[in-house]
Amino acid sequence: MSDYNFAYLDEQTKRMIRRAILKGVAVPGYQVPFASREMPMPYGWGTGGVQVTAACLTPEDRLKVIDQGADDTTNAVSIRKFFQRTAGVAVTERTTEATVIQTRHRIPEQPLTEGQILVYQVPIPEPLRFLEPRETETRKMHELEEYGLMHVKLYEDIARHGQIATSYAYPVMVEGRYVMDPSPIPKFDNPKLSDNPAIQLFGAGREQRIYAVPPYTQVVSLDFEDHPFVASKADHDCDLCGAADSYLDEVITDDRGGRMFVCSDTDYCASRRAEGHVGRLGTDERAA
Amino acid sequence: MGMMERVAVTSDQPLLRVEGLTKRYGSRIGCADVGFDLYPGEVLGIVGESGSGKSTLLSCLAGHLRPDEGAITYDRRDVLAMAETERRRLSRTEWAYVHQNPRDGLRMGVSAGGNVGERLMAVGARHYGGIREQAQDWLGRVEIAADRIDDRPAQFSGGMQQRLQIARNLVTGPRLVFMDEPTGGLDVSVQARLLDLLRGLVRDLGLSVIIVTHDLAVVRLLAHRLMVMKGGRVVEQGLTDQVLDDPQHAYTQILVSSVLQV
Ligand SMILES: Nc1ncnc2c1ncn2[C@@H]1O[C@H](COP(=O)(O)OP(=O)(O)OP(=O)(O)O)[C@@H](O)[C@H]1O
Ligand SMILES: [Mg+2]
Repeated sequence: MSDYNFAYLDEQTKRMIRRAILKGVAVPGYQVPFASREMPMPYGWGTGGVQVTAACLTPEDRLKVIDQGADDTTNAVSIRKFFQRTAGVAVTERTTEATVIQTRHRIPEQPLTEGQILVYQVPIPEPLRFLEPRETETRKMHELEEYGLMHVKLYEDIARHGQIATSYAYPVMVEGRYVMDPSPIPKFDNPKLSDNPAIQLFGAGREQRIYAVPPYTQVVSLDFEDHPFVASKADHDCDLCGAADSYLDEVITDDRGGRMFVCSDTDYCASRRAEGHVGRLGTDERAA
Repeated sequence: MGMMERVAVTSDQPLLRVEGLTKRYGSRIGCADVGFDLYPGEVLGIVGESGSGKSTLLSCLAGHLRPDEGAITYDRRDVLAMAETERRRLSRTEWAYVHQNPRDGLRMGVSAGGNVGERLMAVGARHYGGIREQAQDWLGRVEIAADRIDDRPAQFSGGMQQRLQIARNLVTGPRLVFMDEPTGGLDVSVQARLLDLLRGLVRDLGLSVIIVTHDLAVVRLLAHRLMVMKGGRVVEQGLTDQVLDDPQHAYTQILVSSVLQV
């Protein structure tokens, strides 16, 4: 047994974080300040997400942790181990089996269901920060719904690149009220934010903010009439499982320019291969 | 109904009425008991020595500072009783504020086109091509070449920056423009060009303007009426030519004569 309190944080702290989460759920897209605690890992490792997960976990939960869609990266593995050690919860790599999923940079391809909680690690929660560094001013802009500046950013994108070049952390409007940074997920994932049956929680540790998108909330990606939002991805199928509808990573396979495209969501790819789907460079992996 | 008649009818009501406006900084007076009416299409100049309360007054009028006493009525609305949302909406739509230092009124990290387009987007414009077209049009009106639209203000001269700030403010067709020393930091020849431009815009757009300046040449050229301040108080006001040619108050007499000597 561990010497830690369940999920590392003391009960007082977890209650404080839960209050912030509840407030966030009650006011979708609104950034709730909270007293972020020191965690036994560096900030860049998603301490905000870890604290939110810690406050949500119950002994019955089954946790999945992904980083860039993968369960087996150092970051994902250490956070998963952290909660195994401090909370003794079950873990899984299967999206469908998880009750709580902590993520950095992706939303799983497998549609989420009611009762699941998706926890995002957020580096910079304030979408207006780019053009307005003053915190007092951005707070006022949210309060008064003065969001013209978000479109200035998109305007600058088009003026400079001929199109909206923002491809990560693409700003969204939540339930017609708050503009929100969805964390650095690819814009390909933005449509999944909307009308999602799962609870989506966002934790920023260093910046001490929590926000939320409750189930079935409308989330709209900002755009222009003549430059509409497009949830783009690499124009390929997955070379391993053949999926045409999943977000792909480009992988260099040798030093002679060889490369392949594979699902960034490792569980999605593995599940498809187990079902017998085969991509250009894959082999049939159906369980015999 | 003829044009003149219509102007006469709408000019019946002041666009802005200021009464007993007082702002203190602790025990020091910023401005005291200031009152005036501004009619549509009218340009009011405010002159006075350094520290006489010109900027304080302008800031109170534009809603950047809260006065301690007095009343401000804009288009029959009580400005000081307004919710902040409504006042800020006015600031983005019907009002404009041109700062002395263009850096205070521009977004230096945003292109010229983005600077001009911001107010349009703030009031809901969502068509990129349309926004760009209007930005281009306004750059032309302030004599900035169309091919500078994607440059940042830092790449512009001081005079260009000031003209950009003006375009950025006027693009949404405001009715009331506050200007604090708009020609302040500029070379004399650049000032003259800017003044010509401002005069044309004010006339063409029928703007109501309150302009603060040290420079009596500026008020002579632009202002219909003139208000002279000293120690936070208005010591004299009237038609510009009258005040300048036949100053009644001793202080105004000194002010006018000192300029003539320059
Ligand atoms: N933030 C402040 N705190 C305290 N006193 C102030 C402040 N701003 C202005 N004052 C004082 O209020 C008075 C009026 O100042 P204001 O800046 O309005 O004058 P001004 O006419 O605009 O001067 P200038 O021509 O130099 O710009 C001065 O005595 C000034 O020292
Ligand atoms: Mg001043």
